[in-house]
Amino acid sequence: MNIFSRIRRIPFWSWIWFILGALYFILPLYATVNFSLRMERGVIGFKAYAKAFEDPEFIRTFLYSNALALTTIIVSIILIVPTAYWIRLRLPEARRIVEFITLLPFVVPAIILVFGLIRIYSSPINIPFTDTTLLQPLTTFEVGTDILIVAGYVVLGLPYMYRSVDTGMRTVDVRTLTEAAQSLGASWFTIIVRVILPNIRAALLSGALLTFAIVVGEVTLASFLGVPAFGPYLFLLGQHRAYEPAALSFASFLLTWVVMGLIQLFTGGQEQIAGAH
Amino acid sequence: MTQTALNSKVSLPASDWKKWIGVSPFFLFAILFLVLPSVRLFIGSFTDNEGQFTFANLLQLFQEKSILDAYWLSIRISAATAIGGGIFGFLLAYSVTVGGLPKPLRSALITFSGVASNFAGVPLAFAFIATLGRTGFVTALVENLFHVNLYKQTEFDLYSFWGLSLTYMYFQFPLMVLIMAPALDGLKREWREAAEILGASTVQYWLRVALPVLLPSILGSMILLFGNAFGAYATAYALTGGRLGIITIQIGAQIRGDVLHNPGLGYAMAMGMVIIMAISLVGYSWLQRKSERWLR
Repeated sequence: MNIFSRIRRIPFWSWIWFILGALYFILPLYATVNFSLRMERGVIGFKAYAKAFEDPEFIRTFLYSNALALTTIIVSIILIVPTAYWIRLRLPEARRIVEFITLLPFVVPAIILVFGLIRIYSSPINIPFTDTTLLQPLTTFEVGTDILIVAGYVVLGLPYMYRSVDTGMRTVDVRTLTEAAQSLGASWFTIIVRVILPNIRAALLSGALLTFAIVVGEVTLASFLGVPAFGPYLFLLGQHRAYEPAALSFASFLLTWVVMGLIQLFTGGQEQIAGAH
Repeated sequence: MTQTALNSKVSLPASDWKKWIGVSPFFLFAILFLVLPSVRLFIGSFTDNEGQFTFANLLQLFQEKSILDAYWLSIRISAATAIGGGIFGFLLAYSVTVGGLPKPLRSALITFSGVASNFAGVPLAFAFIATLGRTGFVTALVENLFHVNLYKQTEFDLYSFWGLSLTYMYFQFPLMVLIMAPALDGLKREWREAAEILGASTVQYWLRVALPVLLPSILGSMILLFGNAFGAYATAYALTGGRLGIITIQIGAQIRGDVLHNPGLGYAMAMGMVIIMAISLVGYSWLQRKSERWLR
């Protein structure tokens, strides 16, 4: 009919917003890739990537960060699954307080958390009212800082892990499963490890992957606690190199993409909001 | 029968108490690594150099110009990226939900938003340096196309307020998209039909029906974005190397070495941040509850 109704059918403004958004998404990535491929003058090539991945320091820090992520995930699961399970089964009155605690990391950002952790654990822990030292300051030896940083990461991942696990348990009938297992003579340990865990594995995987995404490139806790992790390494590399950091940045982006893709695969695309900026 | 009734009455408190043992590891962990550190900062902010109780630190917070400037800069950046990211994220979410774009674009945008809202810190800073730094891709593009050098002929600087805000936007508006897309899906078709039957134009429908329903959700999400930017440290540190004195950078400097020459004041600075974060979280959950009245 008239020209106006035809124009109305094409969502003009929607396209404008979408294209603007797409540009905003893609331009920084394109610029990073473009830059990272130009390490050799006049040649487009992967030299920056080769150099970055060959650096033994990169391999060491990246492996270390992966180990941290894995430990964090295991500790979170051991800590959160029995708690969420017990709350569903026997202790609904604890739900409010536990949910409140899992939201606290949104109020206490990483920089504040590490501030408090350092102030508490950089002095020796004495038996109250005596001078007998129970524990050397955690920040003074390697295992101590490892414990501190894993604990810090468990805290940062708490909201995501708890929500994942709790959502997972909502979809399975925890009570019936428990009663069935108990009537077959299973112990609590068996129930949790062999009945509950397999039933919430999709939720566990998405929580674990989100935790991984948070931990593997984390900078704030890692640099203040002085651990040789990937985040601080990348930051330092950026201070005196140009092309390798760009290559590693793009690789990090791809890694994030893989992690988020896997989460979407496991959950059907519900849980994907995280943040450790 | 009396026996059993008596038994259950007697054993109830005991089993009640025992039930809490199941969650004690979680509470122990939370106390050791979340509550104690926070309480330490809280107490510290009320303690002077001699270990005596004082309000001086909190009062000094409002007198020290450098601290007030840091808070104000952080608040401005967080508000700018929350409002900017909020509006732009809303428009994007609109375009792929009710805006009539093809379905595949929607899933592409949602996936990309999931990735981008998680892509932050050092890699994000480096990506923006490669884009809008002095020799960045877009900087060169603008110079070639329009013969304008962003750094020499305009006020633009990536390592400043606007530069950092532009960088934060990269994880801010995807977050908005992720929250708003389901909310926009919640708009009922009947509302639009009813409005049209009653003779409302599209503008009227949006201004009088859709936006009022969505408003708590939009505002709540913007508050969430505010908190998201306010607590950010790594991105800002990697981008500006600590030159742009936002509050997280100032706190970082205080942790590295008591730059204020007053530990108590440092703790008070941290507590101020926690209070602002807490206010925004409370505001968010209040608005979230309001929005649930209409949406779902």
